Amino acid sequence: MKAKIMDKNELQDFVDELTKDYKVFAPVKMNRIFRLKEISKGKEACLGYQNTRQPPKEIFFPQTEILFTYKMDKEGVELEDIPLPNEKRVLFGIRPCDARALVFLDRFFSSGDYKDISYLEKREKTTIIGLACNSPLSTCFCTSLGGSPFGKEGMDLLLEDINEKYLIEILSEQGAKLVEHIPWLKDAENADFERAKKISEEAESTIKLKIAVEGLRKKFDSMFDAPLWDQIYQKCIGCGVCTYLCPTCWCFDILDEGTPTCGRRVRIWDTCQFPLFTLEASGLNPRPSGKERMRQRVMHKFNYFPKDFGELVCVGCGRCVQACPVNLDIREIIKAIMNT
Amino acid sequence: MRNIENIEDSIREVARKLLNEKKVELVIGYEKGTLPLRTAPCFIDNPDDVDKLAWNASCDANLSKYLIGVDKRIGIIAKGCDARSIIVCITEKQIDREKVVIIGIPCAGVVDRKKIEAEVDGEEILEARVTGEKIMVKGKNFEKTLPKKNFLCDSCLTCRHRNPPICDIMVGNKVPEITSAEGFAEVSYLEAKSADDRWAYFTKELGNCIRCYACRNVCPLCYCKECFVDKTLPLWFGKTNDLSDTMIYHIVRVLHVAGRCVDCGACSRVCPMEIDLRALTKKTEKIVKERFNYEAGISLKEVPPLGTFKLEDAQEFVIE
Repeated sequence: MKAKIMDKNELQDFVDELTKDYKVFAPVKMNRIFRLKEISKGKEACLGYQNTRQPPKEIFFPQTEILFTYKMDKEGVELEDIPLPNEKRVLFGIRPCDARALVFLDRFFSSGDYKDISYLEKREKTTIIGLACNSPLSTCFCTSLGGSPFGKEGMDLLLEDINEKYLIEILSEQGAKLVEHIPWLKDAENADFERAKKISEEAESTIKLKIAVEGLRKKFDSMFDAPLWDQIYQKCIGCGVCTYLCPTCWCFDILDEGTPTCGRRVRIWDTCQFPLFTLEASGLNPRPSGKERMRQRVMHKFNYFPKDFGELVCVGCGRCVQACPVNLDIREIIKAIMNT
Repeated sequence: MRNIENIEDSIREVARKLLNEKKVELVIGYEKGTLPLRTAPCFIDNPDDVDKLAWNASCDANLSKYLIGVDKRIGIIAKGCDARSIIVCITEKQIDREKVVIIGIPCAGVVDRKKIEAEVDGEEILEARVTGEKIMVKGKNFEKTLPKKNFLCDSCLTCRHRNPPICDIMVGNKVPEITSAEGFAEVSYLEAKSADDRWAYFTKELGNCIRCYACRNVCPLCYCKECFVDKTLPLWFGKTNDLSDTMIYHIVRVLHVAGRCVDCGACSRVCPMEIDLRALTKKTEKIVKERFNYEAGISLKEVPPLGTFKLEDAQEFVIE
């Protein structure tokens, strides 16, 4: 395993180096919350966060994305593509759960007959630098779902806070290329690895919550009409908080906005929690109430996607647990289903 | 001092009695949440389950939303603001007075967990207990006792109707109303700014909106069967999170609840992006108070000013 090491007070210089060659996105405190934003200097990045309020999906799959614009006159129709970003990017300081979620997004946007160029172009041009979690939150349940606080999936580099230093693990060629740019980084020594290992074990042991998800997918097979859904959805107010803050929810809608002479085609986030999501032109809505919509969200994550791709599509980041307006806790739903 | 446990016991007794005597089919209240400083809405239809019902300073949800469109006889726990929103919905014929049993609870204010989180520098709160006037919070590296009065929700600080104006059963003793509080201090602060500064303020706040509609969905007065933002044909307003679209969404929503909003603060509390949503609703509340001397949700007889027309209404906005 290859790794570099730097002192903690060199972090700003490290990010400054990145901003010379890359467009850098990092956690920034805005108003009262942490969000991922483009930064121009290392000092703007803020690592004193538990996690960003929104997951990194917005960097590759923005909530609003113009796909093309059009003009129409007597001569005909003129379409203009929106140029895709061609600069090299760095996504700095995302948590292992969120990096792992990007692996799921990659599969979705590149599987089947259609490759989502807009997503994939941005993804390919981005080097991902993760930040391991020394202090997971009480709402974290990544270890139940195949992740861990020091997980390395979906990243090119992983920063590990080993007290007064950062160990920088190199996890891909892209990551190796990036650290080559910074000649003053020192090689890590055995003692650094040992310390990182110890801290990682401690971090993992603090996640007390273990949800037994073995067999969860199969369990769901027979639960489409279970009476349980009637109870689960009762308090749900049908907002989009859980899905919009979810690192693995990727549903979208496409709209045409404009007049007969000019306009644009836009892709926006959409959510299975909204009635409009399945409303058909005839007026029929196959998911007429919150019950069907809630079931869809849970089934998609724990049954439908696993059937297609072999894995449960939740990374246990806990955002939906923290932010649900009515404290509808996905961990409790999983437990309730496992106990039926 | 009011004893929280006694109120909790009384709520359970009342719920049991209502269900046993078949006066209601369902009781809507609060239960213990899965996280510190949280509670969750709770639906009880079996008298044997009433012990799930909880009462504490984190019972912040306005449960009246759950009454809309449900054809059942329901008993509902209501603080001052919650009862007021039920009254508005009754006057607007969204809730049948005969089918709702309002279990009123005089409210000394609910705590704002975001304020508490800020006080402990964003550290995670692992344990919390509110007893009397004190809040004890504990995390991995801290333990603090905080005075409750400094950590109440903003809407509670300016509340003038802590006791439900109308209810069927009152649980607990009345609490003194705050009469000294400057009801619109937050609004005056924004009014004192220049138009440019106000624009900058709202741009910054609403620029964070992710159009999740939690503010709309949690609001008991947002009961339109089809919301204007959910229409695509015709497309009244853009659905993106471009600033112009989010701004229009918020402005129209606020105008729709003008003169009806009871400032329960639910919209602000549930916003995942922590946007200051009350700034706009409070301003409309102030206008309605000044122009029509009207406060929403106090009386079942009074018609909301924007739902009626009087010849003597001020009309200086009509330009000849």
